[in-house]
Amino acid sequence: MWDYTDKVNDHFKNPRNVGKIDHPDGTGEVGSLACGDALKLMFKLDDQGRIKEAKFQTFGCASAIASSSALTEMIIGKTLDEVEKITNKDIAEYLGGLPKQKVHCSVMGREALEAAIYNYRTGKKWDKAIEGDVVCHCFGVTDKEIERVARENNVQTLEELTNACKAGGGCGNCLPELQKIIDRVHGEQAASATPAKKPLTNLQRIHLIEDVIDREIRPALRQDGGDLELVDVDGNTVKVRFRGACSGCVVSAITLRDVVEARLKDNVSDEIRVEEVK
Amino acid sequence: MNRTVYLDNNATTKIADEVREAMMPFLTDLWGNPSSMHTFGGQVKKYVEAAREQVAALIGAADPQEITFTSCGSESDNLAIRGGAEAMDKPPHVITSKVEHAAVSGPCHYLEDRGFRLTKLDVDPLGRLDLDTLRREVKAGKTLTSIMWANNETGVIFPVGMIGEMVHEAGGVFHTDAVQAVGKIPMKVSNLPIDMLSLSGHKLHAPKGVGAIYIRRGTKVKPLILGGHQERGRRAGTENVPYIVGLGVACNLAGKHLHEENTRVKTLRDRLEQGILATCPGARVNGDPSCRLPNTTNISFDFIEGEAILLMLDDRGICASTGSACASGSLEPSHVLRAMNVAGVSVHGSIRFSLSTYNTDKDVDTVLTELPKVVKRLRELSPFVS
Repeated sequence: MWDYTDKVNDHFKNPRNVGKIDHPDGTGEVGSLACGDALKLMFKLDDQGRIKEAKFQTFGCASAIASSSALTEMIIGKTLDEVEKITNKDIAEYLGGLPKQKVHCSVMGREALEAAIYNYRTGKKWDKAIEGDVVCHCFGVTDKEIERVARENNVQTLEELTNACKAGGGCGNCLPELQKIIDRVHGEQAASATPAKKPLTNLQRIHLIEDVIDREIRPALRQDGGDLELVDVDGNTVKVRFRGACSGCVVSAITLRDVVEARLKDNVSDEIRVEEVK
Repeated sequence: MNRTVYLDNNATTKIADEVREAMMPFLTDLWGNPSSMHTFGGQVKKYVEAAREQVAALIGAADPQEITFTSCGSESDNLAIRGGAEAMDKPPHVITSKVEHAAVSGPCHYLEDRGFRLTKLDVDPLGRLDLDTLRREVKAGKTLTSIMWANNETGVIFPVGMIGEMVHEAGGVFHTDAVQAVGKIPMKVSNLPIDMLSLSGHKLHAPKGVGAIYIRRGTKVKPLILGGHQERGRRAGTENVPYIVGLGVACNLAGKHLHEENTRVKTLRDRLEQGILATCPGARVNGDPSCRLPNTTNISFDFIEGEAILLMLDDRGICASTGSACASGSLEPSHVLRAMNVAGVSVHGSIRFSLSTYNTDKDVDTVLTELPKVVKRLRELSPFVS
């Protein structure tokens, strides 16, 4: 059972400013059904450039609804320059705090606000890709977003990062990348010396491929109930078969490219190409 | 606060008055140690043995000595899987399903980390087990197969008789986690190819902190807890006499209520389910409706999120549970619903209602009055609906 504050419960049970605005000045949509929460935020400005109306629609848990509701209260009457300074921590504090696993709900609020402002200023629909490269594919979180969340929430560990923005909360393949971002934010970029690549014999190459799969790829897949079987190595073509949860997973093609192939390229050779055998 | 409508009996159950009363003497006057030589202590041993008979009777074991008392269903599962695997002549191939309770998947992964081969069987969209793969895999070597009797989230019942036969034909050992099945459906393990079976007290109106495992005569198990002769060396530690007595009485009661569970309770569940489907658009039942526990229904609501539904029901005095990611603190929804490939629009919006003999028509009426309002309210909030 979550230890929600009275204010979270109040905003969940009596959410403010629910609905849509006709002809809004800015609209921001973030999240998705698959991710488990989503927020659509709309605002309208008055003559002085202050937000005179803000409305939201949220698919999500109690704290997602409460964070959205709180956000609308926080931004009404303010200029865009003022609301741009709002961080997810401000939203959480406005609610008297959120359980640590629910911090990402406040981040979703801040993201929707950012998306709506972007929409107002450019007339375009905000897209994650605008602000960086997607690192966590399960939840579609970009490097820029992760850096920002890590900085604003003084994130120290992977668990804190996942709580704050969901990154790494799915298959876990991106955890090493996330750790690097955390380290970078702390100014301690790990000087990871890449092993010198020298020509390998066929047997050495196969052993190395097996080793990388065992050490780097399989544990990540297993965290999500998946697995991988090495079927064949033909020159630079590595044939694999997904097993468990990975087989039939909607993002298995992404896993193949961004995890399996990427890891083998990093560790074995840039020439490696991975093919899935069904 | 409203009257509490408790529909979360697969999580835990009310302690039956008869159970509590039967336990009281052992919390007051009869506090002796059943292993003692003196009369004061030794006299309680017969109550422990009577409880063993009551447990054996409920599941249809041939001999009460096949029952070992444990602290909970999870301990029983751990003993069966870890203790069972370690007692086999050579490390077995471990087979389980993707929809097991963590008390089974946990020890299976523990064995996998120690070099045991592990296979986890898929289920289809109705939650039914992939028996073809099982048939193939059991033959690949001596197995320890652990498949639940009934699923805690959906109530789907697995054909343990058929599974056990396949396992036995190939020379393997079969354990079933029957924590959700015992007391809800009739069973006679002596006639079934089952070597070990786990059950839990608090799922059948005994208190938390007591469980049991059926170990068929001749099945080898290495104990997890060493250091005493209790339970014929299978589980050291002074017997938890009051709770064991409570479990015995609870089993006895469950046997008496079995018919009602499969008639009146089932009718209540069906009325609840049909009523929800009729009053809430975009609702769908998860799990094979033709082969389910009589007390369980798992329903997904499109475009709304389970924790929000649950907390709004809670606010109206209704206790249920959800497979939603948000409620568990993880980010992924229920492993059971994911294994069933439940559609993305509804996988985050599942609610489980699980009934018991203590539920009434009025409880169902309350849900059918309140739930449609909750669903309508959350749909108004959802960006995917309007």
